[in-house]
Parts: sequence; C-alpha cells; structure tokens
Amino acid sequence: MKFSESWVREWVNPAISSDELAEQITMAGLEVDGVERVAGEFSGVVVGEVVECGQHPDADKLRVTKVNIGADELLDIVCGAANCRQGLKVVVATVGAVLPGNFKIKKAKLRGQPSMGMLCAEAELGMADESDGIMELAADAPIGVDIREYLKLDDNTIEVDLTPNRSDCLGIAGLAREIGVLNNCPVTEPSWQNAEETLTDTVSVTLDAPQACPRYLARVIRGVDATVKSPLWLVEKLRRCGVRSVDPVVDVTQYVLLEFGHPMHAFDLDTIEGGIVVRMAKPEEKLTLLDGNEATLRDDTLVIADHNKALAMAGIFGGQDSGVTAESKDILLESAFFAPLAIAGKARSYGLHTDASHRYERGVDFELQRKAMERATALLLEIVGGEAGPVVEAVSEQHLPQVAPITLRKVKLEGRIGIRFEDTQVVEILTRLGLSVTTIDGGWTATVPSYRFDLAIEEDLIEEVARVYGYNNIPNVAPVASLVMNRHPEADVTEDQLKDTLVSRGYQEAITYSFVDPKVQKVLFPDADDLILPHPISADMSAMRVSLLPGLLQTLKHNQNRQQNRVRLFELGLRFLPESETQVAQHKMLAGVIVGSRFDEHWSEGAGAVDFYDAKGDVEALLANLGGLEPFSFVADSHPALHPGQCAAVYRGDNLVGHVGALHPSSIKSLGIKGKIFAFELLIEALGEKLIPKAQPVSKFPANRRDFAFVLEQAVASQDVIDLVKKVGGNQVVNVNLFDVYQGEGVAEGQKSLAISITVQDLERTLEDKEISVLTDNVITAVTSEFNATLRE
Amino acid sequence: MLNLDALVAEALAAIDGAQQVAALDDVRVNYLGKKGRLTEQLKSLGKLSPEERPAAGQAINKAKQQVQQAITERMKALQQAELNAKLASETIDVSLPGRRMPEAGLHPVSRTINRIKTYFGELGFEVKQGPEVEDSFHNFDALNIPAHHPARADHDTFYFNPELVLRTQTSGVQIRTMENEQPPLRIISPGRVYRNDYDQTHTPMFHQVEGLMVDENASFSELKGILHDFLQNFFEKDLTIRFRPSYFPFTEPSAEVDVLGENGWLEVLGCGMVHPNVLRSVGVDPEKYTGFAFGMGVERLTMLRYGVNDLRAFFENDLRFLKQFN
Repeated sequence: MKFSESWVREWVNPAISSDELAEQITMAGLEVDGVERVAGEFSGVVVGEVVECGQHPDADKLRVTKVNIGADELLDIVCGAANCRQGLKVVVATVGAVLPGNFKIKKAKLRGQPSMGMLCAEAELGMADESDGIMELAADAPIGVDIREYLKLDDNTIEVDLTPNRSDCLGIAGLAREIGVLNNCPVTEPSWQNAEETLTDTVSVTLDAPQACPRYLARVIRGVDATVKSPLWLVEKLRRCGVRSVDPVVDVTQYVLLEFGHPMHAFDLDTIEGGIVVRMAKPEEKLTLLDGNEATLRDDTLVIADHNKALAMAGIFGGQDSGVTAESKDILLESAFFAPLAIAGKARSYGLHTDASHRYERGVDFELQRKAMERATALLLEIVGGEAGPVVEAVSEQHLPQVAPITLRKVKLEGRIGIRFEDTQVVEILTRLGLSVTTIDGGWTATVPSYRFDLAIEEDLIEEVARVYGYNNIPNVAPVASLVMNRHPEADVTEDQLKDTLVSRGYQEAITYSFVDPKVQKVLFPDADDLILPHPISADMSAMRVSLLPGLLQTLKHNQNRQQNRVRLFELGLRFLPESETQVAQHKMLAGVIVGSRFDEHWSEGAGAVDFYDAKGDVEALLANLGGLEPFSFVADSHPALHPGQCAAVYRGDNLVGHVGALHPSSIKSLGIKGKIFAFELLIEALGEKLIPKAQPVSKFPANRRDFAFVLEQAVASQDVIDLVKKVGGNQVVNVNLFDVYQGEGVAEGQKSLAISITVQDLERTLEDKEISVLTDNVITAVTSEFNATLRE
Repeated sequence: MLNLDALVAEALAAIDGAQQVAALDDVRVNYLGKKGRLTEQLKSLGKLSPEERPAAGQAINKAKQQVQQAITERMKALQQAELNAKLASETIDVSLPGRRMPEAGLHPVSRTINRIKTYFGELGFEVKQGPEVEDSFHNFDALNIPAHHPARADHDTFYFNPELVLRTQTSGVQIRTMENEQPPLRIISPGRVYRNDYDQTHTPMFHQVEGLMVDENASFSELKGILHDFLQNFFEKDLTIRFRPSYFPFTEPSAEVDVLGENGWLEVLGCGMVHPNVLRSVGVDPEKYTGFAFGMGVERLTMLRYGVNDLRAFFENDLRFLKQFN
C-alpha cells in the first residue's frame, strides 16, 4: 500500500524524520519498499488568479492573460492550455522560478506577445506523468502564497509491502495506530460532523448468507450532483496514495478506504428493485461488472442483489448496471462486513483483484462499518450535495467474529523468546497495542480490539511483545541441545562421492531445469508418457523431464554454439514418471554427456576424440565407489536415444542400473548438435549398497603369468570369454586381464583375436609347472570349445 | 726396489690417463690382476732370502695398496663424471605443461549448498530430501496455509491439478521428517523449488536450504544466534545483520534477516519459531516442544558471495561461467 506521509502525520506526528519513520516501520514488520517525493523540486511558484484571458492575435491555440499574484502589477502571461479562463485560480511560475529538470523561467515573447512567467500543469511540477491542461486550484486559494506551502508538497509517498496478517494497516488509521505504538505517542482521529438525516427513505436489507455477511449497512442519499469535480485536496490525497481520481462519488469511497482501510460501495438507487438481499449467487448467474466484462458466477460467490437480480460481487467488484454515473441523482451507500473466508480466493478465481477484495480477504475491522458510513456520507454531502436518510443496519450478531480473551503465560513467552521480561514491560507493550490486559496467576489475559483481528492465539501475543520489544534487542544465543550422534552407514555411497568422482574425471556439473522442451524429450524418448505443466513459463519449458539427458544435451548444444568443442557435463537430479493423477515416481538420476577430444590438445599427446570406452570407463569409475565392479555387468542393449550398436545396459545382479552408449546419429541430427556424443544415465537407488570389505589372507608364494591369444567370432562378447576363464580357472586364478584385441592381417575377416593373461597363485604353496600346465590346458579347452575359438600361435 | 717405485709411478700415470671406467679397469687388470705387473712382483719374492722377504713383501703390498687406492679414487671420479654426463643429457624443459585431465568442478549452487551443509552438519543437522512434485497437503495445508490463504496466491505455484504442485519451498521435507521421527530433531533440506515467475531477478526454478530444529526449549534467541553465526561464517566477514519482523503462515514469531551491503540492506533469509498448528499437524505436542525453522535462497547467497550479477547464468550452464568456480 502507498500512503501519504503528511496524511499520516495529521493523525500522529512523532518528532522523527521521514527516513527515520521509514526505518522504524520497516523494523516493525511493515516493510517500506520505497519513499518518493510527491512533487518535483522547484521554487518560485505561487498561487495566482487569471484576471483577464484573451485570444492571442497571432496564434490560434494561445491565450494572452493578465494574472494577479498579489504583486503591485498584474503579470502578462501567454498560455496554451484550453482550460485557461478568466477567474481561474492557477499555479504561476514567476520569472526566476526554477522548475524540475532545472528549467528556469525567464521573460519571453511568444509570437510577439510578452510573457512574464508560466501557468503550470501538474506534470510540469513533477506531480503527474502527463497533464491535460493547467492545474485548477480551489476558488479560495490564497493569491500569492507559495504553492509548495499551499499544497503541502513537502510530502512523501511511502510504499509499504504489508504481510497478509497486517491488513489492519491497509489504511491511514491503522498505520497511524502502529506508528503511535512504536513512538508511544498519541493518535488523533480527525473529527467531522455526521450528516443530518433529513430524509426518511430507506431500503430494506436481508442477510441471506449471514455467515458470509453478518453485517450490512445501507443508506439512501438523494439529490446528489455527480457531475462536479472532486476538490483538489481530495484528488491530491488520493494521488499521494497511488489512487487516481475517477468521479466524486468513487473518490469519496476510495478516500474512506484509504483513511480507514474500509471498502465502501455506492449504487444508483434507481437501479435497485425492491430491497437489498445479500445472498450466494445462483449457479451460472450472470453479472456484468464495472469493467464491462460479464462474469458467470458460481454458487460459492457472495453477491449483493435486489429482489430480482445480482447487483455486485460482494466485497470484490461492483456491477456495471447498478453503478453510479454522472447522471445519477439518488444513490445507495453500502458499508458492510464480509467474512474473510467468504471472500478469500474468490476474486482470484474470477481473475480479479481489487482494493476491496484485497482488504476483505485479509480482514476488515468488523466494528468499523457505521463509522465508515458516517464518514463517507459527510464527505459526499460536502462534495456532491444531496440529503441523507437513516442508516439501515442488518446484523447477525452470532455470525460476527467472536473476540475471546487470549491467555499469555509468562513461562511460554520467556521460553519462546529466550529472555526474561519484566511484568510491567509486558503489560505496557500489550496496552500500547490497544489490548486490555488483566494479570492472572503466571501470566495475563488480554482482550484484543476489533481492528487487530489477526491476534487470536498465545503465539500471536508472543510475537507482538517481541516485535515491539525489538527483535534486535533480543540477544543471539548459542543453542543448547542434547548431542545425538547421527547415523552414517558405511554402506551408503553419498551423492557427493559420486559427484566428486565425475569432477575428478573432468566432468563439469550442470543444473538444468526440471521442465524441458517436450519436442526435445520426444526425440530422445518417443514413447515417454511425460507429465505436462498446464501453465508453463513457455511451451519449451512445459514437460517434466523423464531423463536428465534432454537438459544435458540442450546444455551441450548451448556450449557448442559458443565454440566449446570439448564438453563434459553431468547432472544429478530427479526424473519424473507419472503413475496416476496423483502419483508421480520421482527417481534420483546421475547422467553425463561427453563430446570432443579426450584431453585438451597437448604438446605430447594427440587430441584423440572420446569414444564409447571413455564413457564406459567413467561409469566404471562411478561403480567402483560401490566397493568394486564385481557386482556389476554391462550387457549390449538398445535404448531409443542411443546407437543400436554402441549401447550397454548396466546391471547390478538382475537390477537395471542404467545405460551407457553413443547418442543415436538421428538424435544428434534432430537436436542440432555436433560430433560423436556419448552419454550415460544411472538410477542412483539401483546402485545399491557399497560392499563392506572382508579381509582375505594374502599369498606368500610366487605368482605366475600365462598369456593366450584366442581367435574367435567377432560377435562373441569379450566379457563372456573372461567370465569363462575365471570360472574354469577357479581359486588359483587370481587375475584375468584382457590386454589386447586385434583384427586385421593374420586374423580372418569376421574374427578377432583376444589376448588374455591369467595370473595363477596358491595361498598355501608354490605351484609347480605341471599344475600350471594342467590349468592352462583346461582354460584353452574350455574357451576353444565354448566359443569355437582357436589358439593363435 | 727402484724398479718397484718406477712401476708404481708408471701405474699412477696410467690411472691418471684413463678417461673411462673401462680403460681404468684395463689399468687395474694390467697392474693388480692375477697376472698383473705388481702381482707378478710378489711371485718374485721367492727368489729372495728369508731375511729380505718381509721387507720386500711389505714394500710390494704397500705399492699395491697405493695403486689400488688411486684406482678407487679415479674410479669414483670417472663414475661421477659419467653420471653427470648422463644426467646432463637427460635434462628436459620442466616448464612444459603436465599431462592431466582438464579440471572440472561442481556447480556454484552445489558449492554453496555444500558449505551450508558443512556449517549446519557440525551442529548435528542432518540432511533430508524429498519429492519435488508435491501434494498440496505437504506444500501448503500442513504448513498452516489453508486453501484460500492469501499466501497461496503469493507463491506463483505451478499446479498440475489442485492436489499436485511443483513444490514452492522445501518445507514439505520438514513435515515428512516430523511425521516420521520424534523430536529432538535437527535437519536441513537443500533442494530445488519452483515458482511461476521469470524475469531479471526470478527464475522458475531455484534452490533453497531450509533448516528445522525442534527441541524442548528451542528459542528465538537461539535461532538468532545460530543464523548470526552462520552468516558470519558463510561470508567470512564481520557483517552487520538485522532481524526484521515478518510473516510466514508456518512460523510465529517470524523474521526476515537482512545483511548490510555496500548499497544498503539485503534480505538473505526468512525464519521464525514453528507455528503450533504446524507442530500439531504432524503430531508433535506444541506444549512440550518448540522449534525454529529458517530458509535461505541458495542462488542469492551464491550471487552475494561470488559477485554473480545475473541469476539466469546459473541455469544456462555456460562452461565459461561454470569453470570460474572450479
């Protein structure tokens, strides 16, 4: 909310500067977002009166005037404004005046006519962004008085960002009360004379939904002239609170809204058939709102209706047909209390947000309706004239908010805040806040004034005491807690370990959005049933990712487009697989992509490009965190995003952990990325637990190595050969290593040669040559017969 | 015996003349080998009378020792010279770059989260995580934000349907933890959160770390103490910090924490004492236990710490940006 500092100071005027005031209310929880001067910096501008106003002889659009500024002589001033006329009180920048933007007023001649100053519009004084014509002052404006003084322009518009609980401060009255509390100084409400009831006309009011509207006041005012302009003082006050003047009736309701935080509404009395009924809307009931849009109402929406039709959306927005216009002569003024729960969320559900709905859904003082009605009536009669009838009040006492006293226990207050309070201090703070306090055994009971409807429980009072005491006066204390050792299971592999492994292998961590371009996702996962955001930021951020690869590949593309040819990226995060309307499987994944050279170009090494085995090696390094690769296997597999001949599934036992492979060339093309790209993605939970070491004895006897080269079908998986060698070798084979793969001269087309070494060793004794020969013969026999292999000489 | 002196002199000259280990070895064999010229002298002792032999033998041995010592010394010198020559020939340009995997690093957001985990981990705060697609109970209701609460509108929530949202805060993790574990509790929950907002200062996804401590006597002054220490440690500066009253539906009293920067106060944290309705909603007795909670925006802390100006850089993942944090 924006408010005028000088308006608040009419109510409460502590001896502190504007900056201090802003700081003070910020530190009380009413955060100041901005402080702006209400007018530009200028000097030498006074009140004047246009004594003569004639047409300029040589310019159609200019007028030649004589202006009285209370000096010895009248000033000749040429003016271009259409509203310049004789008798008007105007704002005169005299010769020597300096206007905002360091614009100096000098003697001038305009089309041959002398001009000794300028008649000003609001915009020229920094009081508006644009103006239509010069400023019109009240007829009683004192000639010759400095305009800054006359309009009290040394004022600020202060914008406070109020939290939802402090709607009591959505008006000058509430802000003044708060400032009074903080400064411990008196708050004076302006006084006015209530309008005399000179009419007897009334309109009946029926409360059909008393839980939603427990109090409704209505008053007939007849014979208004809605064509008059709102007086400058009113327009200025509204302007300094960020509200534009519309017409005098609306301006008065806005004034009361700003002054007391209480929304008001005015109907054209002639449009009301029968009396007022406050009821829930009928399903599908139509209502054309003040903005011209027709709303189709739901039956959870409270309306103000007459005996035939809905007139307004209660507490939210008026209806067009029942609104006051310049032609309106008789009006019905409304001042009502609507329950916050009846209004909350409703405006939003119709795509609306108004000053009224903002206040009613947060809460309005339920005892303020009559005062608001009297204030608005008095102002209206003053400005638009007319005569007022009696106030009709319909009330359902049982549905009004019930104010129960709140108990505050001293032990709770001190325990929660962590400091000792003097009893008198607590009573003093609560009393200042307007609560009536009674001391009881071990604490106090306090009754809350109707305007502090946010206070309902003990914690509310604890907060108020702490707030007024000052959060920054509460000491910083080291917490006291019982020391409980946290569990750190050795079998857990932390995410940090996995990430560190990849970082040490040259992978940069990326964090990409969890929502991706559905088109990209479709390219990689054509069959994915992805979760779509109904209201995304943009279409290309609308699909929840089913894999981390879409985001990583988009990131790879972003970097390739910026001349980064060697890219190694990984990400750890959730993927989202919808299971039903309300269930989404969310799995933590670890994925990486690589492209470009294995190392940076180096003086001693070639810049060889990465291949499948680089990616696989990185995956193996990750798996090694689990206590070794033993439990894992890599099996040729297919995956929609990967190259059919360069894709492996990773298993732990029978559980699929993930995939590693080359990105499918058609995916590369569709995504507009470049090079041979390799990727992996692992399901973290499928990695399983880390193996806890079980120490084995180390052999004291020498080890022997034997090498073989087997020639066999190219299609045979090397791993199968190694597995067989291990199986046949038994316990005495302590290591099997595939140290060369050869194809080419000497090996037939379609065949390959695998060079395998085995290391044999016994725990108990030195193995004899004869024993080793038996073992190697068994290995050779097994491999040659199982895989139709031959031993290469 | 003149003969012997001459022989020694000749041997010493030969030793001096030997320029390589192999040549010196030849000299040794020539004079001291089995058939060496000095060794031969010993054989001639037999021709002498028994009286002359001791003195002659002694003289020959002395000569042998003299030659042997000269050879040893010369050998040492030659070996040293050869080693020096070899080492000299092996000299390389040590200024050439070494062989390495080009370094990489964690994302700056992870870096900050890790630092936060370290500080709170020392105080026994355990890391907890939870789902990002969250039901509205855990994201709102359990946090004392009922359906029509104005705070729901302030959240710019991404809804899938009225019951399912992208979490707007990691507080749901606190609720899940309290549902499953009894106090005393000390947890922090880092993670992604989502708001439907995208401009210079907002990204639709960002990271929060929220913390929760529930104990029998947790107090606001302790909350202040812990956050004060954290901020001083995180920024490694003696910061001016203020606690400003604020409002969150799930805490009371609530505060926002500002640090004084070069251009005025900067909001870095929100915190407060856990609202009794929140404790009740998870079956914790608010008469017995109190708690405090705090939440911080990771990107904001990272920006302040490292001087990052554009929030969006965090999710563009430009390698040139990321590598600055390696």
